[in-house]
Amino acid sequence: MKDTRSIDPASLQMLKVARDEGLETAWDRYLAQQPQCGFGELGLCCRNCNMGPCRIDPFGDGPQKGVCGATGDIIVARNLLRMIAAGAAAHSDHGRDIVETLRGVAAGEIRDYTIKDESKLMALAREFGLSTEGETVQVIAKKLAEAALEEFGTRKGYLQGINRVPVKRKEIWEKLGITPRGIDREVVEAMHRTHFGVDNDPANLILHGLRCSLSDGWGGSLLATEFSDVLFGTPRPVRGRSNLGVLSKDAVNILVHGHEPVLSEMLVAAAKDLALISAARAKGASGINLVGMCCTGNEILMRHGVPVAGNFLQQELAIITGALEAVVVDVQCIMPALGQLAACYHTKFISTSPKAKFPGALHIPLDEHNALETARKIILQAIENYPNRDQNRVYIPEETAEYVAGFSVEALLNALGGTLDPLIEAVKNKKIRGIAALVGCNNPKVTQDHSHVNLAKALIARDVLVVETGCAAIASAKAGLLLPEAAELAGAGLAEVCRALGLPPVLHMGSCVDISRILTVAAALARELGVDIADLPVAGAAPEWMSEKAVSIGAYVVASGIFTVLGTVPPVLGSNVVADLLTRQAKDLVGGYFAVETDPFKAAELVIAHIDDKRAAMGI
Amino acid sequence: MPKEVLIRYDRCLGCRSCQLACAVAHSGAGSLLGAVLNGERPRARIFIHQAGGHKAPLNCRHCQDAPCIDACIAGAMHRQEDGTVTNVGGDQQCTACWMCVMVCPYGVIRSDADGTLALKCDRECRDEKGVPACVRACPTGALVYDEVDEYSDKRRLDVLNRALSNL
Repeated sequence: MKDTRSIDPASLQMLKVARDEGLETAWDRYLAQQPQCGFGELGLCCRNCNMGPCRIDPFGDGPQKGVCGATGDIIVARNLLRMIAAGAAAHSDHGRDIVETLRGVAAGEIRDYTIKDESKLMALAREFGLSTEGETVQVIAKKLAEAALEEFGTRKGYLQGINRVPVKRKEIWEKLGITPRGIDREVVEAMHRTHFGVDNDPANLILHGLRCSLSDGWGGSLLATEFSDVLFGTPRPVRGRSNLGVLSKDAVNILVHGHEPVLSEMLVAAAKDLALISAARAKGASGINLVGMCCTGNEILMRHGVPVAGNFLQQELAIITGALEAVVVDVQCIMPALGQLAACYHTKFISTSPKAKFPGALHIPLDEHNALETARKIILQAIENYPNRDQNRVYIPEETAEYVAGFSVEALLNALGGTLDPLIEAVKNKKIRGIAALVGCNNPKVTQDHSHVNLAKALIARDVLVVETGCAAIASAKAGLLLPEAAELAGAGLAEVCRALGLPPVLHMGSCVDISRILTVAAALARELGVDIADLPVAGAAPEWMSEKAVSIGAYVVASGIFTVLGTVPPVLGSNVVADLLTRQAKDLVGGYFAVETDPFKAAELVIAHIDDKRAAMGI
Repeated sequence: MPKEVLIRYDRCLGCRSCQLACAVAHSGAGSLLGAVLNGERPRARIFIHQAGGHKAPLNCRHCQDAPCIDACIAGAMHRQEDGTVTNVGGDQQCTACWMCVMVCPYGVIRSDADGTLALKCDRECRDEKGVPACVRACPTGALVYDEVDEYSDKRRLDVLNRALSNL
């Protein structure tokens, strides 16, 4: 029988190894969880106070109200708002760490990092309205970091990032009262509103969800992206390799997994340390092979072309190769199962963030003030572990695919010759039908990468330029869609544009916080054309999403005016009121709205129909 | 020996998953999301009560000497070959006289949403392995579908193992 758990041959091979070795993976645990709780699937359970837990019967047979009197509509809306708040918090706290690092560097407290992109620093300082004349880079960086830290607390006005959007968009937010204020404030207010006995109006709750998500998209995530560029360099197109085949049979393999580049940047630097390479050779290895996974993988592949071993559902499979000396993690999307699995091999599972400890992990806290030394210590752990590798248990799939990544906004503009005009021209003369952003995770509820790859292929075949981040982008890397040569899979118009500019038809724009890059391009396009973001022939999709961060992303993309297709069903169907708000009324309120379509081929039709509608409305 | 839905009362967490699964299995759409999106109002035929300190599921025992069959004036309630007692698919239609409801010693026969039909566990929810929906849905194993003697056999072994393990 055909194994439908993944379309990636490397994953399928590793799943066979897992079966033979008697090791469990997320797919096994997903099966063990079947059937999953229907109340949870519908969003109809509430644990927000200790009069409960309560749940609402979706068929009107059992209780229709919680102890407090909350209806299904209220419970679903409250639960959704809490998901958004958690997602926004994750992105934004990541952003805060990056800004804090820049502040520390500027203040001279942190010496292992430098400011890599001064021109971006200057541009951001100007954007924040800071005077730069006659000031040193250090002083400007410190002022900028302090101004950015202000964005997190309650401010009198609104977030700086919203000034990137067209006036029309700002007016829509203003009218609805959802212009984001402090980044932390919106999350705190979301928790306040969903506390027992506060906000009990589904529409009011969802509107705050949009506001909270906007504080992520145009706040926390945006700061994470922009300040990472300042500190670590703004990505430029770079070639590299992807999939589990990037693991080496004879080098010390170190997998970096998680999200923040603060750790991975230092590991990349330390892995080039000649003394450490000699140490690896002294242990019989050919060298040090540092590879990435998930968004940490994206951060370092964007900036250094570091090989990426895979996306979310491959984290366990990488360990099962038996070839990993260390899995080094920081925060987000790290399965707590890794410790037990790593213990089945010689693999060391090393956690580094004080915020994220795991069972079975060796904790080596990353100290920004001594980051390079910490990175060296971690790599040494891996090197010393190399002799413990049992080569008889090593199975590394051969699959690898090349990618070209690194399409920051600046890199994209550079490829276009300095302005958005060639892109706008191509859209106007329909060589490019429209632009679709494909983002998000893997989810064992759907075949790994199937929706990502097939939706991307279906869209480029019909001249829709695809831009991607996160695990969606890694899926495309593995499928070879991030190469200029993939233009042959594109429709004639898109292929012509790709060939003329040397661009792949699917552009890797970074990690999940880097969806802020996509927002920035969308806003710039709209301003250039004198329209609102909602008027553009663009759409979003999260074909295999699973995390709360994805819920926040979906919400801020929709709130920014962009139609978004979700490929797995969100837990909101327990309320017609909420489902209707998200899939219909949102269109009138914010221009963007959600659709749910689990079939990628049907999702492609929805995206194309939307793009064609927008083209018709623009008269192009 | 026919299999029965047997209940391990100490294991029930009161999550109502069995009820939801029962309702879905008796819906037109046959799936939770489908039934919700269609606006269907299927009803569960298994019940959960808080009885003293216990969360207690209860469903039709499919009695050997079933009072509901004797009491059914319409002639709808009958026993199938596999032992299932049901008012569906018999010689006559249920007339909603509620005699079965009145004589059922367990109170596990109820009305449909419109009050036009007596509803009870009809086992029309079994999967290809013959397991009822409520049993499949139970996350803690509080519901067991087994032959009675097999069940009691396991029960004895379980208690003996525990009792003698410290000797």
